[in-house]
Amino acid sequence: MKNKNIPICIGKIILYICLIIWAILCLFPIYWLFTFSLKNNTEIFGGNIIGLPKVYRWGNYSNALLNGNVGIYLFNSFVVTALTILFTILASTMATFAMQRMRWKLSKVAMSILLVGMMIPIHAALLPVFVVMRNLKLINTIWSLIIPYTGFAIPMGILIISGILDGIPRELDESACIDGCNTYRLFFSIILPLLRPAIATCAVFTFLQSWNELMMAVTFISKDNAKTLTVGIQSMAGQYLTEWGPIGAALMIATIPTLILYFMLSGQVQKSFVVGAVKG
Amino acid sequence: MLPAVLFFLVVILMPVLMSLYYSTLNWDGMGSGTFIGFQNYKKLFVGNVDNFPKSVINSFLFLLASVFIQIPISLLLAIILANGVKGENFFRNVYFVPVVLSTVVIGQLWMKIYHPDYGLLNTFLRSIGLSSWAHGWLGDQKTALVATFIPILWQYTGYHMLLLYAAIKSINPEIFEAARIDGASRAKIALRITIPMILPMLEVSVIFSVIGSLKVFDLVYVLTNGGPAQASEVPSTLMVRTIFMGYQYGYGSAMAVFIIAECALFTFVVRKIFKALQKD
Repeated sequence: MKNKNIPICIGKIILYICLIIWAILCLFPIYWLFTFSLKNNTEIFGGNIIGLPKVYRWGNYSNALLNGNVGIYLFNSFVVTALTILFTILASTMATFAMQRMRWKLSKVAMSILLVGMMIPIHAALLPVFVVMRNLKLINTIWSLIIPYTGFAIPMGILIISGILDGIPRELDESACIDGCNTYRLFFSIILPLLRPAIATCAVFTFLQSWNELMMAVTFISKDNAKTLTVGIQSMAGQYLTEWGPIGAALMIATIPTLILYFMLSGQVQKSFVVGAVKG
Repeated sequence: MLPAVLFFLVVILMPVLMSLYYSTLNWDGMGSGTFIGFQNYKKLFVGNVDNFPKSVINSFLFLLASVFIQIPISLLLAIILANGVKGENFFRNVYFVPVVLSTVVIGQLWMKIYHPDYGLLNTFLRSIGLSSWAHGWLGDQKTALVATFIPILWQYTGYHMLLLYAAIKSINPEIFEAARIDGASRAKIALRITIPMILPMLEVSVIFSVIGSLKVFDLVYVLTNGGPAQASEVPSTLMVRTIFMGYQYGYGSAMAVFIIAECALFTFVVRKIFKALQKD
């Protein structure tokens, strides 16, 4: 009995060592980013590459926020993300409601066409959307990002919301109608509150998509006052090529909101990724 | 309904059609282009001057590496975690952290990791006595492609792990119970029960990583922008440069259409392969 247990035990230890190594590989770069965001070059190049900073230079953060324009980028990212989430949720809840609950010809077809949108890579739209935005004089404004982000987030939103809406009994609609509730009131005061979990999932997913999007942001925005964090940091890194501290601080500033969201709602975040895959 | 349809039309459907149309034009973005039929597509491969075929090959290398390195690691982690180890949730949450980070942050961070003089990687190599290995990973034509792949692996392994983990967790535990009572070993359970039962999710995972590799942009753009000397060029980076730096709108659109067509074709092929697998 004893002899049989030893190999299993060793196997388990190796297993845990592997799991822990992978966990360290996942977290260590973030820890390292945090430490060098608080150092200056003298300290990094003087040999203290991976240790905790000797002096915590929070000045790097204020430097990045004020001199490096990261404050503006942060603000833009918040506005873009918030409006994208708002529009996505409004448009996709309303559309899902209309397609699932109202009877009209082609409602099923409309649904499947909208869902095909999930398969379309952003590449397909890059230049045409750029041309449209240029003709509308919206290039270099945050609207040139909000509109396409919303468009690309809607199919996913519909997918997530239709799953939950399916589970809300239709009898509810009927009894509301009998009680004299019109369609709008039914939607806003009965259906919408019941969709809250789906809306949360959808919001989390949309947040990560638009907060992190790069391709459109770098091609549509070249003026500092409209840059979001991704494109802003990208251009800042070009200027501060040799200054590690402020860049590190800027990277931390871009990361902290997502990390906070993730630690508060890790279950919700993971769910939002799985839902899309299960039905996609 | 209407807002969603509007967004969909303006941002997804119309642009796809416009891309198709642009790809038949000789157009520099000013005025209107002249119709040249399939000339742009021909230029991609026949008498090509910008190394587009090479960029396609590079994206295929990414594809192979993702499917045969990344997915197996993810699958292994998923199976281990879903089997119920101590700290299952902790490990899962940690492995997923890189997924939520912005690609710009990850790219900039890895540029520092690869830094020839003070980077984490070279520091580590020197400290274990392998200083001859230390060099500028991203600046060397031989290592640039591999060096760009590793951050991609780092970021998305957690994502695939989560998808597969969720699939394993949704299998009825009684099946595992029964197998264990029948004396099946862990490896046998994984091979004969777990993997066949999660084939549908594995298919999704493979499709995502195939499409992701074919259209990869963010990390390559941040880390090398295709360089040095196009050693790590992929179709998307070349496309963005052709359109927005070279003002070859028609030719760039042909690249976009090629990428979309490629994604559709490969999705179809992967579906077929998995259908054949499931029949066995």
